Amino acid sequence: MSAVIFFIAAIGAVAGAIGVIALRNPFYSVLALVGHLLSLAALFLLLRAEFVAAAQVVVYAGAVMVLYVFVVAYVGDGSQPVGRGGSGLRVAAALFVGALFVELAIAMLGSGLKAIGGDGAPYKAGFGQPAAIGQALLTKFLFPFEVASLLLLVAAVGAVVLARRRRGLTLGDEERDASRFVTARPRFTGTMAEAVGLVHAPQDQRENGAERSAGDGVEPPVPAPAGVRDDEHGGW
Amino acid sequence: MAISWYLVVSALIFCIGAAGVLTRRNPLVILLCLELMLNAANLALIAFSRMHGNSDGQIFAIIVMVVAACEVTVGLGLIVAIYRRRLPIDVDQLRELQG
Repeated sequence: MSAVIFFIAAIGAVAGAIGVIALRNPFYSVLALVGHLLSLAALFLLLRAEFVAAAQVVVYAGAVMVLYVFVVAYVGDGSQPVGRGGSGLRVAAALFVGALFVELAIAMLGSGLKAIGGDGAPYKAGFGQPAAIGQALLTKFLFPFEVASLLLLVAAVGAVVLARRRRGLTLGDEERDASRFVTARPRFTGTMAEAVGLVHAPQDQRENGAERSAGDGVEPPVPAPAGVRDDEHGGW
Repeated sequence: MAISWYLVVSALIFCIGAAGVLTRRNPLVILLCLELMLNAANLALIAFSRMHGNSDGQIFAIIVMVVAACEVTVGLGLIVAIYRRRLPIDVDQLRELQG
């Protein structure tokens, strides 16, 4: 029974992998990768890695592939012709990959490991289950766990920084810089809190401001006067 | 099934992914092929973990999945940035950094 499931899942995984590299439309490639990941999760289950299989389905086939689908839909399917690739390069790649497969097979099957032909060592109860994985992650592998969380944070911030709409770096308007958008303004003109009368300037300060603004035109933006409890008024 | 079968499947998937990285020119598909290669490595790690009856390899596979997710996030951010600058989404034409 396990042999039947293994061959079904292995054929599904290899077929999904071939579909990823053979389909022209990137959207179909993403869908083929989803099928590949599900087959791979079945293989993980056969290897008694229940938690990794569940994480594979939920995180990879769920979240990461949704991200891929969104980016493919945003960027476009990319099926416009991009010029013919060199068939010589393709043949060279096929030769290289065939040699790589032979080398990998020799390295793994000819490694002389005794247990490689067996079904695996006997394992303790709870092998690969969430309790065992969680205990290992929080005790023996606590440092890699924390580093992984930091890495995820860095990647999230980096992706936001990379993909944001930045005005100063688009082609054609390099001369646009941020200082042109910061304009000085007179006191007590502009913010909504001043407009609805929530912020009152002291009388002497208002007169001084009027004198000074009569003198030199504009003033830089002023902070709120002390004593204004803007949490009571709903802020700015 | 013997562990060696899983290792052969892993090597096959790795080679298919390497072929995709070498031949495809859409960076989205290249990222997908990198995913294939990382998953092949995961399969090998879990097969060896089963071979030893030790679950440390599964922890390693989970960390590899985290790293793959980070790589995908940053790669897709780069692709979106390329698209925003109206550059061609083709790794053969994006060669400004090439010597």
